[in-house]
Amino acid sequence: MSTTSLTSGMRTTRGANFKWLVPTLYIIFLLLPIYWLVNMSFKTNQEILSTFSLFPEAPTLANYAVILTDPSWYNGYINSMIYVVLNTVITILVALPAAYAFSRYRFLGDKHLFFWLLTNRMAPPAVFALPFFQLYSAFGLIDTHIAVALAHCLFNVPLAVWILEGFMSGVPKEIDETAYIDGYSFPRFFVKIFMPLTASGIGVAAFFCFMFSWVELLLARTLTVTDAKPITATMTRTVSASGLDWGVLAAAGVLTIIPGALVIYFVRNYIAKGFALGRV
Amino acid sequence: MEKTFNNKAWFLVLPVFFLVAISAIIPLMTVVNYSVQDTFGNNQFFWAGTEWFREVLHSSRFYDALLKNLAFSAIILLIQIPLGISIALTMPKKGIWVPVCLVLMALPLLIPWNVVGTIWQVFGRADIGLLGYTLANLGIDYNYANNAVDAWITIIVMDVWHWTSLVVLLSYAGLVSIPEAYYQAARIDGASRWKVFRYIQLPKMNRVLLIAVLLRFMDSFMVYTEPFVLTGGGPGNSTTFLSIDLVKMAIGQFDLGPAAAMSIIYFLIVLLVSWAFYTVMTNYDADAPEKGVQD
Repeated sequence: MSTTSLTSGMRTTRGANFKWLVPTLYIIFLLLPIYWLVNMSFKTNQEILSTFSLFPEAPTLANYAVILTDPSWYNGYINSMIYVVLNTVITILVALPAAYAFSRYRFLGDKHLFFWLLTNRMAPPAVFALPFFQLYSAFGLIDTHIAVALAHCLFNVPLAVWILEGFMSGVPKEIDETAYIDGYSFPRFFVKIFMPLTASGIGVAAFFCFMFSWVELLLARTLTVTDAKPITATMTRTVSASGLDWGVLAAAGVLTIIPGALVIYFVRNYIAKGFALGRV
Repeated sequence: MEKTFNNKAWFLVLPVFFLVAISAIIPLMTVVNYSVQDTFGNNQFFWAGTEWFREVLHSSRFYDALLKNLAFSAIILLIQIPLGISIALTMPKKGIWVPVCLVLMALPLLIPWNVVGTIWQVFGRADIGLLGYTLANLGIDYNYANNAVDAWITIIVMDVWHWTSLVVLLSYAGLVSIPEAYYQAARIDGASRWKVFRYIQLPKMNRVLLIAVLLRFMDSFMVYTEPFVLTGGGPGNSTTFLSIDLVKMAIGQFDLGPAAAMSIIYFLIVLLVSWAFYTVMTNYDADAPEKGVQD
């Protein structure tokens, strides 16, 4: 074996060791605070405040029991799920045809329209909180799930159009033309041929709608009082009001992480491409 | 792709147009309405002209918050973009560890923003938090609730924790799209690690990096929930960003006129910077089709 190949071989081994280290350290950094939250959720409030330990000494499910038996807690989860799903369905339904139009045609004002849509993704929710409250009050929609779902469309629709347009541009136009020649009508072509082809894009767009609707607090809190109050708002109320039961708070936090983790797992193969809005 | 000109495509866009118009234009008009009027209650409004705009543009409170926002966004971009790229470069390209890495890294992105605030609020406390407790036992005086510098460091570390994965995932998507042949060519030419990065990997990541910068700028400039939960804008006013100040003014003090004027100025700044990014991005799309290995 020659010297050069030996040194290059050594370099790759050393490089491989080093490479392994960076993502590992980063993931440890990411998981530490989450681990601490999970750890706390299995302790009693007394243990949290009196002793400092890396593992719960007397693991208890009492905190989770509080949340799963108290309607003011678990209704928060149900409310969040309802408006997140509503928002995702509405967003995908309107974004699909629009993204197709942007990916296939030029039309009067298309570029301006696209940028205008994006400006809504740029609008700080803080700007819209109060006007939204007044708008939905006028229609008597305050404290309903549909109000939050519609409000979240403001930033989710532009994003969904952006993502879907990226994925659809990757499908060759010849497919459309062949389908029309074969006598497919537009709706039939769209549902039977085009949607299966862009299924991963639709999945990714739905994932993002779910994600941004799930994590948003400011608008959801502003538009709800009790009947549609999201879990995240229930948590803030508990922090400020009822003398800080850290264990219950941690358990509630852990339960808000689980739906997100499940959804990520389902789209894990497309997630990187999805974050790149289909433009890789 | 060649696009055909067809105005009938508007019919496909109409649902989106109406939905977004209702939730964007009406509230925006409400804000504009408030920004030029004054009220003494009872729903009676008087024309106030540009008074509120002048008031906001002459108040040190606004510039304080704006400066904090700009500093925050600059620090965030300077840390997260290089860190995200270097993590993406060292991630495995294939094998069972790829989905494990991706799922674990994406985890913080899916946590509700106020829960992120809560997690770090607990994590940094000296009595019950792992980080605060460890620092206190090492003899470091750390208290994010009393010390402005500590509060800033905590918010920045929290944002790095929360959002760096976005940059990692974007860069990673760009990296895996590079064909193996490019690396083989570089190996034959004896290119150094730095040259491979500079002339193969970086040009290929350009598009996704622009998206990363755009998204990270917009979101860091609009940051509200996490610092609000963590510090509530304090200690003092040291972490009162524009959005926190705005919500305080509009919903807390009900100063609708100045709050509306401030909203519009705030929105215009975000719009202007994002427009600059967007123009750069689309121009890049238009005139840079494929950049290969430069010899």
